[in-house]
Amino acid sequence: MKSGRVITQRPEGLTCEAGGFTIDPWQRVERAIITHCHSDHARWGMGSYLCSPTSAPLLRARLGPEISIQTLPYGEKLRIGEATVSFHPAGHIPGSAQVRLDVGGEVWLVTGDYKTEPDATSEPFELVRCHGLVTETTFGLPIYRWRKEDHLMSEIAAWWRENRAAGKTSVLLAYSLGKAQRLIKGVGREGPVVVHGAVATMNRACQHAGLRLPPWYLVSELPEGVKISDCLVIAPPSAAGTSWMNRMGKVSTAFASGWMALRGARRRRGLDHGFVVSDHVDWPNLLQVVRESGAETVWTTHGYAETVSKYVRENMGLDSQALVTHFVGETLDESEAGEEPETLETRGAREEQQ
Amino acid sequence: MRAFVNLYLALDATTKTSEKHAAMKDYFRTCSDEDAAWALYFLSGRRVKGLVKRSALKGATLSLTGLPEWLYDECREIVGDTAETISHLNASQENRTLEAQENPAKNQQKTLSQVVQEIIIPLGQQDQVQQEEVLEATWRSQTQQEVFVFTKLITGALRVGVSQELVLRALGEVLGVPPEVLAHRLMGNWTPEPSLLATLKEEAVESRKFWHQPYPFCLAHPLPDLSALGDVTQWAAEWKWDGIRAQVVKREGKVSIWSRGQELLNESFPDLATEALSLGDGCVIDGEILAYRDGILPFQDLQKRLGRKNPGKKLLAEIPIHFFAFDLLEWEGEDLRQRPFCRRREMLELHHQTNPAFGISPLVHIKATDELLEMRDRARDKQAEGLMIKRLDSPYEVGRKTGTWWKWKVQPFTVDCVLIFAQRGTGRRANLYTDYTFGVWSGEKLVTLCKAYSGLTDEEIVKVDRFVRQNTLEKFGPVRTVKPELVFEIAFEGIQFSSRHKSGIAVRFPRIQRWRTDKKPEDAEKLEQVKDLLRQREV
Repeated sequence: MKSGRVITQRPEGLTCEAGGFTIDPWQRVERAIITHCHSDHARWGMGSYLCSPTSAPLLRARLGPEISIQTLPYGEKLRIGEATVSFHPAGHIPGSAQVRLDVGGEVWLVTGDYKTEPDATSEPFELVRCHGLVTETTFGLPIYRWRKEDHLMSEIAAWWRENRAAGKTSVLLAYSLGKAQRLIKGVGREGPVVVHGAVATMNRACQHAGLRLPPWYLVSELPEGVKISDCLVIAPPSAAGTSWMNRMGKVSTAFASGWMALRGARRRRGLDHGFVVSDHVDWPNLLQVVRESGAETVWTTHGYAETVSKYVRENMGLDSQALVTHFVGETLDESEAGEEPETLETRGAREEQQ
Repeated sequence: MRAFVNLYLALDATTKTSEKHAAMKDYFRTCSDEDAAWALYFLSGRRVKGLVKRSALKGATLSLTGLPEWLYDECREIVGDTAETISHLNASQENRTLEAQENPAKNQQKTLSQVVQEIIIPLGQQDQVQQEEVLEATWRSQTQQEVFVFTKLITGALRVGVSQELVLRALGEVLGVPPEVLAHRLMGNWTPEPSLLATLKEEAVESRKFWHQPYPFCLAHPLPDLSALGDVTQWAAEWKWDGIRAQVVKREGKVSIWSRGQELLNESFPDLATEALSLGDGCVIDGEILAYRDGILPFQDLQKRLGRKNPGKKLLAEIPIHFFAFDLLEWEGEDLRQRPFCRRREMLELHHQTNPAFGISPLVHIKATDELLEMRDRARDKQAEGLMIKRLDSPYEVGRKTGTWWKWKVQPFTVDCVLIFAQRGTGRRANLYTDYTFGVWSGEKLVTLCKAYSGLTDEEIVKVDRFVRQNTLEKFGPVRTVKPELVFEIAFEGIQFSSRHKSGIAVRFPRIQRWRTDKKPEDAEKLEQVKDLLRQREV
């Protein structure tokens, strides 16, 4: 358990005792600050939630309309107890925020999940200077390095065109919140886009939050004269192998995830294609953030926390420790691959199937 | 080399045979003869051996990337493949974006054969310092994908999911030569010279060019069901030995012993090579090499012989070998492969009577199904893996044809074992803990019985992986000691006493039969029970 003046690691999560709140808690607390709305960060049952304005409708879509939400726009300061809190864009998914905490002039930053490379859907990442940094390390190994957004999208568009020419439906598996919208926005102008019910729920919530998306359809609402084999179908990884896929005809299946960088992970899933599209920071940018944040102390969490911490300590000369989390770390076969706890949109999808 | 890299990527991107076939045909149709020869060499699983040590690959990578060694090791463990690790790390120099690396302008394009001749082969003559310089310079000029394929070529077999048979089918169609003719012409050791393709294309190749070569081996399918045999009287059965399949070739006064993997075995088995000199010229015998002294010795003993070239007197005396012949493929220079099996067998027996240089594997003509069942029940006592069932009128086919040769293995032994160590896998299983060591109880302690890698479903692998990460007691390098909790039923093809194993038992082909979630670690087998099982069998 790590403990500092600003942040303490407690069983319920990273807690600011001076402010009496916990960031992305995994046990019930009175006051929660939510960095973003993925299910491993935004959980049921908190007394109240503080999040960015974009996150609010997403949080309601995931956790239900009855929860108590307070919003705080990016860059605005809010005094909670002895702490001053502000949100700064994390570039991970729409509404994702890094949390800046100032207690008596000591500044800490909890990044939540983040990505420095801009995309068309999430508010672009902002570098925040701090004394102490708590960074995620999901892809914290030098083997992970991402390509530019336009390169990725043209790769996917080319695959889609090839499939159309061959009369195959392009099925792209992607996380339903964030990744799905990023893909729709990135390649949706190339042709008709069909989405799974789980993705539709998140699309609606994002649109409600002000995100503009190219047109998309549920498979049951496909306009007359549009062939399914011309479509790009976006579905969560959990939809693979379900009867929902039977309606797609002859398919080429691909998965869009940072985990697709490794050949073994690609082959293990027996997919036709893997696109290396990640919503997380890659190795060179992670190091750059650590350096440019000016932090003297760096705590690492999620994924390759031990490795990054050791590198930061030994090669960058900073004070660093890995946080022990409840998670073994996000891996391909767990969170991104569909072992999501049931939320409103997965329930909706299941009901659609029945 | 770009064309070959693209071929590799195309083969890697699909699991469909038809698409792999088409990709290879496209390549062979457009590439030069020099490149085709090398592509054939690499695609059929051959490699240029002993080029660079791991330390040179690592040294060049560290120098190129500036990464600490421990981080390289960690990445290698996660990726599970050296060439792939290097291709990712090389892309990870901070000042080099993936896009800049792909700018073809800075790539002086060499052809595949140029890369092999000018870079790869000379590596073998260089010291490690020179090697590291060459590797660094080469990687610098390559795209990430080129780094990957190039490094694959120098580190080991390509493993891109094509068999030699499939490669030859594609090449055969382009050259207009039947693939089985190509297969014969490409048996044994050959070098990918530019003239190779011309030689392969020749209508009538003089036999001299191929004088030392074996015939493509005829392989068996597992017997799905006894009913697949139809009329059992059309079949004969032999023991399926657990040794090394080999062809002994005697032509022009010289003996060549070939393994199924087309390795020349003369140096490992000089005793057999000498004995076989007494065979008549123009003779090819198919059979099995076994370690034999007052009965068949464990496979591990045979492996010792296989692994030692030019063995000394002591080893020759300690582990003598014996060749059990079961087919005659050539006699007095005549290719007998199209003659029926029963006829070839008669000739083999006749020849054996006049020349006892080799043993002969007994053959039983089957009269009733019961005989087969009864024979299989005795297989284990004979130290055999099961039965080979061959159709009496069948020719000696090239490769694995259905319906002529069947293998029928005995039911495996099974032992309930506890998972004690785990290590990350490679390739498809990279980054997951999939390589397991299992133990059985000896008093209060678990002693290692075997390692096993295969047998679990992907879903189970993920669960075991999670268990390993959450229940690690100790780490020794890449190996984790885990809490003894999970029980698995392990199946073995063979199990024997052995003084060289800590447990006192040597096993063959261990694999995970199933995960016994219903059992507790204390329910796992005791070493003594396993030994009793063995003793009972020997009685």
